[in-house]
Amino acid sequence: MNDPAAPELIDEGRRAFLKVSVAAGGALLIGFYLPAVGRGGVAGVAATELAPNTWIRIGADDSVTLMVASSEMGQGVYTAIPMLLAEELECDWARVRIETAPAARAYFNPLIGMQLTGGSTAVRAYFTPLRQAGATARALLITAAAQTWGVKEESCKAENGVVVHQPSGRRARYGELVGKAATLPVPKAVFLKEPSEFKLLGKPTRRRDTPLKVNGAAVFGQDVRLPGMLTAAVARCPVFGGKLKSFDAAKAKAVEGVRHVLAIDSGVAVVAGDFWTAQRGREALAIQWDEGAHAKASSAQLRSRLEAALKRAGSTARSEGEAEKVLSAAARRIEADYEVPYLAHACMEPMNATAVVTKDSCEVWAPTQAQTGAQTTAARITGLAPEAIKVHTTFLGGGFGRRSEQDFVSEAVQLARLTGAPVKVIWTREDDIRHDFYRPATLNRLSAALGADGLPSAWVHRIAGPSIMARVVPQFAPAMMPAWLPESLKQAGASVAGFVVERRIDATSVEGATNLPYAIPNILVTYAMENGPVPVGFWRSVGNTQNIFITECFLDELAAAAGKDPFEYRRALLKNHPRHLGVLELAAGKAGWGRPLPKGRHRGIAVAESFGSFVAQVAEVSITDGRVRVHRVACAVDCGIVVNPDTVVAQMESGIVFGLTAALKGEITIKDGRVEQGNFFDYPLLRMDEMPEVETHIVKSGEPPGGVGEPGTPPIAPAVANAVFAATGKPVRRLPTRV
Amino acid sequence: MISLIVNGKPQQLEVDPQTPLLWVLRDRLGLTGTKYGCGISACGACTVHVEGEAVRSCVTPLARLAGKRVTTIEGLSRDNDHPVQRAWIELDVPQCGFCQSGQIMAAVALLAKKPRPTDADIDATMSGILCRCGTYQRIRRAIHRAAELRRAGA
Repeated sequence: MNDPAAPELIDEGRRAFLKVSVAAGGALLIGFYLPAVGRGGVAGVAATELAPNTWIRIGADDSVTLMVASSEMGQGVYTAIPMLLAEELECDWARVRIETAPAARAYFNPLIGMQLTGGSTAVRAYFTPLRQAGATARALLITAAAQTWGVKEESCKAENGVVVHQPSGRRARYGELVGKAATLPVPKAVFLKEPSEFKLLGKPTRRRDTPLKVNGAAVFGQDVRLPGMLTAAVARCPVFGGKLKSFDAAKAKAVEGVRHVLAIDSGVAVVAGDFWTAQRGREALAIQWDEGAHAKASSAQLRSRLEAALKRAGSTARSEGEAEKVLSAAARRIEADYEVPYLAHACMEPMNATAVVTKDSCEVWAPTQAQTGAQTTAARITGLAPEAIKVHTTFLGGGFGRRSEQDFVSEAVQLARLTGAPVKVIWTREDDIRHDFYRPATLNRLSAALGADGLPSAWVHRIAGPSIMARVVPQFAPAMMPAWLPESLKQAGASVAGFVVERRIDATSVEGATNLPYAIPNILVTYAMENGPVPVGFWRSVGNTQNIFITECFLDELAAAAGKDPFEYRRALLKNHPRHLGVLELAAGKAGWGRPLPKGRHRGIAVAESFGSFVAQVAEVSITDGRVRVHRVACAVDCGIVVNPDTVVAQMESGIVFGLTAALKGEITIKDGRVEQGNFFDYPLLRMDEMPEVETHIVKSGEPPGGVGEPGTPPIAPAVANAVFAATGKPVRRLPTRV
Repeated sequence: MISLIVNGKPQQLEVDPQTPLLWVLRDRLGLTGTKYGCGISACGACTVHVEGEAVRSCVTPLARLAGKRVTTIEGLSRDNDHPVQRAWIELDVPQCGFCQSGQIMAAVALLAKKPRPTDADIDATMSGILCRCGTYQRIRRAIHRAAELRRAGA
């Protein structure tokens, strides 16, 4: 997902502020503060203002412990992040341990400006600072050895957790050197390895969390157990924006084992010793809701609002040349309306959180992508200082942007405060589907002019839809921000807020549309913000997932109108975009583009850049009795320097499956102000028997790393839709695909 | 009072007999490896074995289990050495991992019945177990690999 404070680019030259110290037992501790980059940034904050927290500990027993500030939600950060350190530290990979970092300023993601896992940023954020930290520690250990032996540093080499004096063959383990190393001054400059020297990075590396995930040992939020813990089920108003009017707790309290029935800001909570009892208590509740202004809201009504919004001029998100003028004068003009529905995240682990609150402390255990948000939320509810809030990050049973929200954390903290006991709140699947922050439904009008050569001379994309940032923005108004945030970060947040409010442009609504890579001389992209009652949020790859479906499908319509092959058409328009072109040609080649297919099979292609990576996919589909089946997907990815290729492959497969569910099945509809779907029978996910054979090809690249958690998702829906278009001659302009 | 055997250990439970096995395992016995994902037998995250057969524990009331032998993911092996676990590790199947207990228990039951499962066998059995991360391709390969390990007497 994206974040408002997220910057455009990683600054490769930016150095982490390192601090070295010694711990009891002679361990070497390395702390650092990562200056945030980006609009307004916090670069002005002096490093000395901040107490660097420990990130790395090298023990006298040779153990290496790394604090990982990113949440593990399947994307493999618990492996990729320590690989960055281990590469430069030259330690024994098997001895590297990780701990999950607590919520603290020192662990802010420098690309986001808070502790949050999103925007496919983890490797991008830590690629340079963690290698620098590793290289610094290695240099200190070498110096410690050289001084101990009275030899030149240049004659010593560190390898696999040992410093060796090469001429004499003398050796010392890191554990033997840490005591001395910790007393040495931090070197002013360290050299990082060239990619050609990498021993670990770029090699398929087993995930560190797999052994815990095959025997039930991995602790997810749902699995947290504390002494004396109670479990809660919460009844929430089914209508968006509705409120609690009154409730009768008598029948709920009559359920044996129900301990409390409590009103909280999201509804009525039934608290018991176990979840089954709490849930039965909740079913017994008699609640009167004030359904509010949206009690009659429906999908049709919300769609008509988008239609009206589309008629407004909207705000200009990108304008080059004179697109409208060229269009109106064009001899050949193509037009189409595209739309996408609301989508739920449907993480396999429904939302949950656990909290305990005392007079002067609060602890939260949560499967969260957003530790800073959890801490701030708990501080606001309890009135405690943020430093008094401890956030423990569990494994996440899926995240996809949903777990950057704080609604589930808020409920747990409120209930822990009201009951004085540790409370775990568990959402049912129905709660999870009906009270999500949905991918925005949008309506889009596309128009293009074709020149004599068949290539587009003008492109106009008008988007109407609700804004994620308009919902999130109030959290970035300075008054809403905790006092302890650096002033510059508050200003950065405020400037993003101001930008959204004043210009009514939400970058997450237009991404994927504004960065259309094709060589078209006249381009106009507009956005008409139309906010409704349905709360919208960050959904794996955010605006890209819908806008790239729309732009890549419309491009196929233009190719068809011009009588050109969709692959060749793209090639002609991507001459100045070598990385797009590279993945496009690789995917097409691997898919056998242009070669004959078995009868009834059809191919579609799409390419996109998102989160700093470039992905092209070719889908091979057939249609039987109105059912689209995807048989094969050839995927090519250029994500710059690769950390763990096996993870890149897994994330491409993952992004494709996630996108296929959206392309073929996903749709949240609204009736009487409430979500009509509730569980997997009416909000189905892709299943094993629908899984295509996916092959992923990675482009060898020396470019800085791009993200991999999200970029696999955007191209798959258009690749499939374009294959359906090839099969039927009818463009797919609405998701999910219906033929 | 209902008596059953869970992972080889006799348990006597003073619990409402209508309570689904899932919540008995998780909240009473502390066996949290079995997951709650849907509550209506629609996702398979709660799959365990009852007398060796894969069942959805979220819709199996305790009343039906008197005297039965239940195996959960925690009871599969002592140290990840079950062929299915080994194959899962070898192929690095899990991503978020939340559905994997159910996937593994279903795969174990499948292999017990069909030591050489075809892709169609795998589809028929495993399509009931959802994975939002999209590990299906690796699950398929890992089941074939586990079948090999199993035949090799591992």
